Amino acid sequence: MEKIVSRLSIRNIKFLENGPYSMELFTGECCGLNGVSGVGKSQFLRAIADVIAHGGECMLEGVSSLQFTPQKWRSVVALIPAESFWWFDGVGPHFATVALDDLYLRDLLSRLGFGPDVMDWQISRLSTGERQRLSLVRTLIRQPQVLLLDEPTSGLDQKMAAVVEEIVTELCIQKTCSCLWVSHDQEQLKRIATRCFTLERTEILEMML
Amino acid sequence: MNVISLGVVDLSLAAFLLLLLAFCSLKIGLGIEKRIIFSGLRMTAQLLLVGLVLKALFASGSFPLVFCMSLVMLLVAGYEVSARQKRKLRGRSGYLISTGSMFISSFSVAFLALTLMVNVSPWYTPQYAIPLLGMLLGNTMNGVALASDRLTTDIYNQRGMVEQRLLLGQSWQEASGDIRRDCMRTGMIPIVNSMAAAGVVSLPGMMTGQILGGSSPIDAVKYQILIMFLIAAGTGFGVIAAIWLISRRLFDDRERLVVENLTKANKH
Repeated sequence: MEKIVSRLSIRNIKFLENGPYSMELFTGECCGLNGVSGVGKSQFLRAIADVIAHGGECMLEGVSSLQFTPQKWRSVVALIPAESFWWFDGVGPHFATVALDDLYLRDLLSRLGFGPDVMDWQISRLSTGERQRLSLVRTLIRQPQVLLLDEPTSGLDQKMAAVVEEIVTELCIQKTCSCLWVSHDQEQLKRIATRCFTLERTEILEMML
Repeated sequence: MNVISLGVVDLSLAAFLLLLLAFCSLKIGLGIEKRIIFSGLRMTAQLLLVGLVLKALFASGSFPLVFCMSLVMLLVAGYEVSARQKRKLRGRSGYLISTGSMFISSFSVAFLALTLMVNVSPWYTPQYAIPLLGMLLGNTMNGVALASDRLTTDIYNQRGMVEQRLLLGQSWQEASGDIRRDCMRTGMIPIVNSMAAAGVVSLPGMMTGQILGGSSPIDAVKYQILIMFLIAAGTGFGVIAAIWLISRRLFDDRERLVVENLTKANKH
């Protein structure tokens, strides 16, 4: 029998008044996460990405996050926050880590509705939706093993939301990525998630889809 | 040439100008008339007092007294830096960092100048040591205060951006690099500008004083050049040290941004 390797183990994560939370995210799996507003979903993701102080530990393929440098951990377990931030004036410099004619980059951009000239655009003129899509591309080209998505389609129309769902689902099926997807949209979670969890103040519950 | 001694009437006339300014502030509704008058009074009292202290200090010339005096100057400068911050580091570390960085830069530069360049004997002769240190501390204080106020404010306001960069796998140095460099520039620009304008637009205070006191302009200029170099170097190193130490405190050992280490904004 094929052994199922657990990609990301979340063990007793605690922060502020929240937790302890424990769950497993298996290889190639996309788990949905919801919960009432303000319960701490975004903070939970930030704790997993290790950008806020927290108790407990996260392990990737059995290796604790403390064995990684913080930079390496955040590159491998990548969080895309609900609001994206940009620090250069133009779009291009934010993507300087890869060659601009990189095939994967080209492909992602065109699927999400951008031509190659997007690299010359000014950040200040981007709409919310454009920022959200570019922010997804910016993280995906770094090829993380675990994706933490915080309402990644909140500012997108149905068509673009479907493209994002498709891209992420593909990555999971190819087993290049596992994903934890925060959404308030039950229908969306049914479409994309293999399992679904509800976050409460002191526990995380698996629920029926 | 002897200095023409100033009398009470002369000073009162000058003070009258300040009162006039305070009156204008009241009429235009600037709301800083109380501060103008209070600062004027404070300055007068401080300088009169320091005149008396210096008189006694110059008369004795003992090392422990010179040391105590410079320590008091340093501690007050540290307090001034904290008082000018909108957001400070929690606890004592903010005060320790600003005092420490001013101590390292001002004291070492002053010591170097006294022993190597001015060559006065003994090196702590208060007529040289105290004014030199005073000018170094005053300028370093301005630089450190400007730069660290800007650092804490910018990091707080741009915390989303800094965290975004951390999330994209950058180290804390990279994630805060632009902000830190901006703040260092902010701290150093005033002294660099004043070097550029020295002698053409403005006659520096110390040189003016020496000329009024009867020194030859050439001697006065040489001292001024020395002082300018020292001040620029001292301010620069102080600012670099302060920015480095403060930003180090804003990230923890897992390179997370901890804005919780900053106090709430206080209104000026």
